[in-house]
Amino acid sequence: VGAAAAAAAAEAEAEAAAGGSCGSGPPPLLLSEGEQQCYSELFARCAGAAGGGPGPGPPEATRVAPGTATAAAGPVADLFRASQLPAETLHQITELCGAKRVGYFGPTQFYVALKLIAAAQSGLPVRIESIKCELPLPRFMMSKNDGEIRFGNSAELHGTKVQIPYLTTEKNSFKRMDDEDKQQETQSPTMSPLASPPSSPPHYQRVPLSHGYSKLRSGTEQMHPAPYEARQPIVQPEGPSSGGPGPKPLRHQASLIRSFSVERELQDNSSNYPDEPWRITAEQREYYVNQFRSLQPDPSSFISGSVAKNFFTKSKLSIPELSYIWELSDADCDGALTLPEFCAAFHLIVARKNGYPLPEGLPPTLQPEYLQAAFPKPKRECALFDSYSESLPANQQPRDLNRMEKASVKDMADFPVPTQDVTGDDKQALKSTTNEALPKDVSEDPVKLCSFPSDLPLFCYRSYSSTSIEEAMKRGEDPPTPPPRPQKTHSRASSLDLNKVFQPSMPATKSGLLPPPPALPPRPCPSQSEQVSEAELLPQLNRAPSQAAESSPAKKDTPYSQPPSKPIRRKLRPENQTTENQEPATTVSGPASVATVKPHPTVQKQSSKQKKAIQTAIRKNKEANAVLARLNSELQQQLKEVHQERIALENQLEQLRPVTVL
Amino acid sequence: MAVCVAVIAKENYPLYIRSAPTENELKFHYMVHTSLDVVDEKISAMGKALVDQRELYLGLLYPTEDYKVYGYVTNSKVKFVMVVDSSNTALRDNEIRSMFRKLHNSYTDVMCNPFYNPGDRIQSRWALFAVHALFLQGLPC
Repeated sequence: VGAAAAAAAAEAEAEAAAGGSCGSGPPPLLLSEGEQQCYSELFARCAGAAGGGPGPGPPEATRVAPGTATAAAGPVADLFRASQLPAETLHQITELCGAKRVGYFGPTQFYVALKLIAAAQSGLPVRIESIKCELPLPRFMMSKNDGEIRFGNSAELHGTKVQIPYLTTEKNSFKRMDDEDKQQETQSPTMSPLASPPSSPPHYQRVPLSHGYSKLRSGTEQMHPAPYEARQPIVQPEGPSSGGPGPKPLRHQASLIRSFSVERELQDNSSNYPDEPWRITAEQREYYVNQFRSLQPDPSSFISGSVAKNFFTKSKLSIPELSYIWELSDADCDGALTLPEFCAAFHLIVARKNGYPLPEGLPPTLQPEYLQAAFPKPKRECALFDSYSESLPANQQPRDLNRMEKASVKDMADFPVPTQDVTGDDKQALKSTTNEALPKDVSEDPVKLCSFPSDLPLFCYRSYSSTSIEEAMKRGEDPPTPPPRPQKTHSRASSLDLNKVFQPSMPATKSGLLPPPPALPPRPCPSQSEQVSEAELLPQLNRAPSQAAESSPAKKDTPYSQPPSKPIRRKLRPENQTTENQEPATTVSGPASVATVKPHPTVQKQSSKQKKAIQTAIRKNKEANAVLARLNSELQQQLKEVHQERIALENQLEQLRPVTVL
Repeated sequence: MAVCVAVIAKENYPLYIRSAPTENELKFHYMVHTSLDVVDEKISAMGKALVDQRELYLGLLYPTEDYKVYGYVTNSKVKFVMVVDSSNTALRDNEIRSMFRKLHNSYTDVMCNPFYNPGDRIQSRWALFAVHALFLQGLPC
């Protein structure tokens, strides 16, 4: 057997040098033994727990009989995504395998899908015909789950030398294959007793893994240990799986290598769109969409030019720059921005504010078609199929892979975010990273929130009140985006940072609201009803400044708060003076309420308090409006009276005058 | 084809003038300026005529021995003036009309930009880049 192994090794080397040929032929879905085992294991994994799967030991025992269950969509989706194929391809695969039609991943669909994944990874087009070829096993990369890799890729991995499909395109591959051959040779003696004799001529010819191998071959050190340890346990099943097809092991090892060297694949795939700064992340996209909604409730409609102009002017960019950004983003030159155009424009503004020079042309990732397809508006979808359909274009892949590049748990959590339930996952992801994200606010907030609110705090309030508090929290603690952006101007408007704005207002206004109603009765109620309602407002303002952290505007308020209370107590005070006193009070109270909010340093992230703060702010504003309206009517009344007096006086004058004038 | 293209505002000041780089620009500026009188003459001759494409296009304003000057006016009394080399005799009226139409479209695109104030100099790199490419780089007719 050892000799056979060695012979096979020699053969394999020769084969590598000579190159094999593409297998043709078996009818679709005829799975080889190895494939069947691998697929069944994967199916078992997906049908069973998402992450667990059988341990490294007994794959031979877990040869789950197909047809027992359907694979859950979640783990299947994870598995497919781990194959590092573009989402569009995965979508096609899902469709082709019939899972979409059937609605679930039964064993048949699953196996077809796996085979299509293997085809796609080999560089073949995703079609049913592709799976007619003998294919290597699909490769899945799961950064944490080695078991997945082992099972997915090396079900038949055994130590015997195998015929290697041709890798003629790259010399490197030969060298590496030789390395592996040698390493496999070292292993093979130990495994050979267990491995079945190499084989079957039908399996000899496999569709070679493409020249993609060579690209993915570097950094083999890390890969080798894994295949070895993978091989050890997998050796067992090799025995029973009669027919451990010859060419498989090395290819699978190579496939393991390929799966490990995901970065290279990522680079290859993301080379389509190397424009890191011009790619819109999901968080940014959310923000842009919300801003769009604040300007135009219907996401499928567009924003007129004047509205957009006012909005973008707040970003404090120069007019020529804004004009240029508009030209870049308004692709159809209709003077209005649809949602993708708006997002592109917003993103360009954000980038410009971060110091990136404006591009000469609209980057491909900001094209409206790209954005339209990449980010469809309703994103509350959990289904596997929908998640693929969302990320339809192949363009999406670089974005996904770009995110995968970060290779962190957070990204693994983030990646499903746009494709699955957004708010739910975001909330969890954010709340889990709340504390760590907080200090990053100033330095890493990629969204230029505060460049806008710094100009119009009310604008800020309105726009955020229209969005959920969770999204506000999310914006406040955005994860760092790929491009290393320069220091944001966030610090400039840090006093108006959303979180700080809402947090401090909460304790002030919340408690400010409670006392006033009971305070009313004790006050000597003036006969004039307006003064009563003013009394309602003013105590609030009194309390708001008194309870807020002391700041100069707050201090100014307290003296002001005294005079306004006086007219209430003095019933006989003439209207003029009361209105005059009210005017400064109300006008000062307006900015005071905002100003007192500013200096609060404490940042508390409780959504209910924010909501209450917003509601109290709304209430206060309404009351202020009511007061001002009353004021207006009173003054109008006075004006009329004064007019009448004047007319009367003029009449008198006319009567008297003719006597003197000749 | 054209050696100079100019966009003149209603108040007869230039919004955009671009000449073919090989030529003396000052000469063309002067020619455009003098052609404005002819334009005004033609506009007033039309009176309160209905606005349609035909009347927007003013036709040959005046010829010199080297150049021909064509004019076009928009609804908002913004004038386009184009100076064409006389030696380019193959240029027909229709081609001139189409060139003016393209120029008008580019101008409309500039107008659509809300950050553009009508009456400002046109500094858009985009909208009038097309002008430059089409007219002044000697593309074959």
